[in-house]
Amino acid sequence: MIRDITLGQYYPIGSPIHRLDPRTKLAGTLIFIIALFVAKGLWAYIIATIFLGAVIRVSKVPLSYMVRGLKSIVILLLFSVVFNIFFIRDGVVLVQIGFITITAGGLIQAAYMAVRLIYLIIGSTLMTLTTTPNDLTDGLEKSLGFMKKIHVPVHEIAMMMSIALRFIPILIEETDKIMKAQMARGADFESGNLIQKAKAMVPLLVPLFISAFRRASDLAMAMEARCYHGGDGRTKMKPLRYQKNDKIAYGILLFFLVLMILLRLVG
Amino acid sequence: MSIRLEKIDYIYEPDTAFPVHATDHVSLTIHDGEFIGLIGHTGSGKSTLIQHLNGLIRPTSGKIYYNDKDIYGDGFSMKELRSKVGLVFQYPEHQLFESDILSDVCFGPKNLGLPKEEVERRAKHALALVGMDESFYGLSPFELSGGQKRRVAIAGVLAMEPEVLILDEPTAGLDPKGRDEILNQVKKLHEENQMTIILVSHSMEDVARFASRLIVMDHGKVQFDGTPTEVFRHYKELETMGLAAPQVTYLMHALKEKGWDVNLDAITVSQAKEEILRVIKKK
Repeated sequence: MIRDITLGQYYPIGSPIHRLDPRTKLAGTLIFIIALFVAKGLWAYIIATIFLGAVIRVSKVPLSYMVRGLKSIVILLLFSVVFNIFFIRDGVVLVQIGFITITAGGLIQAAYMAVRLIYLIIGSTLMTLTTTPNDLTDGLEKSLGFMKKIHVPVHEIAMMMSIALRFIPILIEETDKIMKAQMARGADFESGNLIQKAKAMVPLLVPLFISAFRRASDLAMAMEARCYHGGDGRTKMKPLRYQKNDKIAYGILLFFLVLMILLRLVG
Repeated sequence: MSIRLEKIDYIYEPDTAFPVHATDHVSLTIHDGEFIGLIGHTGSGKSTLIQHLNGLIRPTSGKIYYNDKDIYGDGFSMKELRSKVGLVFQYPEHQLFESDILSDVCFGPKNLGLPKEEVERRAKHALALVGMDESFYGLSPFELSGGQKRRVAIAGVLAMEPEVLILDEPTAGLDPKGRDEILNQVKKLHEENQMTIILVSHSMEDVARFASRLIVMDHGKVQFDGTPTEVFRHYKELETMGLAAPQVTYLMHALKEKGWDVNLDAITVSQAKEEILRVIKKK
């Protein structure tokens, strides 16, 4: 049950997408999202579909993994589709019952909106599926390095992020263990009303917090024992460097973005 | 009273890219009053297997019977099973959550829906069984030593008055004194309260000393099942599984090679002592 979290779950397999520089993938995701909002007209969506399909194909990640990520936005998706259908009055009127009016334009808009949202989620899920959390924070740290000039503690934020990400699976496992240990003592986490359920969480949450604090303190100790002192003057074992593939990827991304802008201007 | 497992198969994350076969068609019967040592290297499926015994995880396929009743059958009360089959996890002190020790031990029996007096009686009895007297009742778990915390956590399970007690490496991370205290208390529970014990351990010495039956797991399968003496005769095979026989067994084999006529079946230090003395006297 707690294992259904796709965001931040790396799919370990070797593919050209996996090997790209994390900065390229971050920029690529951003460009893809911009392109989706620029997109207008059927052709633009067809090209976006082909682009996304090709990237998924090259990444070798099974489609089912991305679809799983969509579960979290089903309600949001339904909302936006329903609103679009009922409130956009544009083009031929198809149905009219009382105050409900459904138009062809509304239907088309709703469909575009749904596709846009789905692609948005798939695009960003694809990035997290093909990039290890560590690479991701490395990429973020480097891309946002310019913000150090205005005294934003970029390195510290990146470090906190990567530690937090690293702790997610550990804490999930820990939760599972404590839950079972309490169930072995007759605890019941499922039945009862809301208040009873909240009360039943105490035997789970208290040990979980204690263990999180203990782990944090151990980690801090281990980092200090290895002379960690923050980002200044710190070098990396594997510094990020753009490869030939990254240049090709940037080329393709730019071409894609320009194409989408052109289609909007023409259409 | 018995627990019977029939072809228990358990697969972790069956529909992902990385399915793991944790137990592979395990069939076992655990009889009343046995003291079982369960050994196997890390990842051999021991912990998965014991979680099946009180219904914490459901096998992917296979059946589990408690007193000949299918525990996933209609009308079977899981709560009752969990009160009869007590499971103490590894590092059980991590599950303590109440502000004082007595209330924490009360958690189990309280969940069984017993009246308040009975809950307290059981908690106090369980604490006495693990050697914690009244002076400890009001203390916070944080004020205790590692060994004491663990004994309180074990009392938390004992307070449910189980008939079968399963302990997953109860001595991990304890000093020799804490280890002996816990193992001797377990032995006492077995002898005086006729409790069925399943002890998961990495210490061959410990299982040789206490268990009357040894089950060896490897790659999710039961490889050996017999008395400690029988199982440790296979010490060469045990080594290929990342396990070993007690040190004493190696000593006996070394003595035999030097021409001493000792019985190779000695597996504890006291048995070995008797054997060596016997041979010396004969000379």
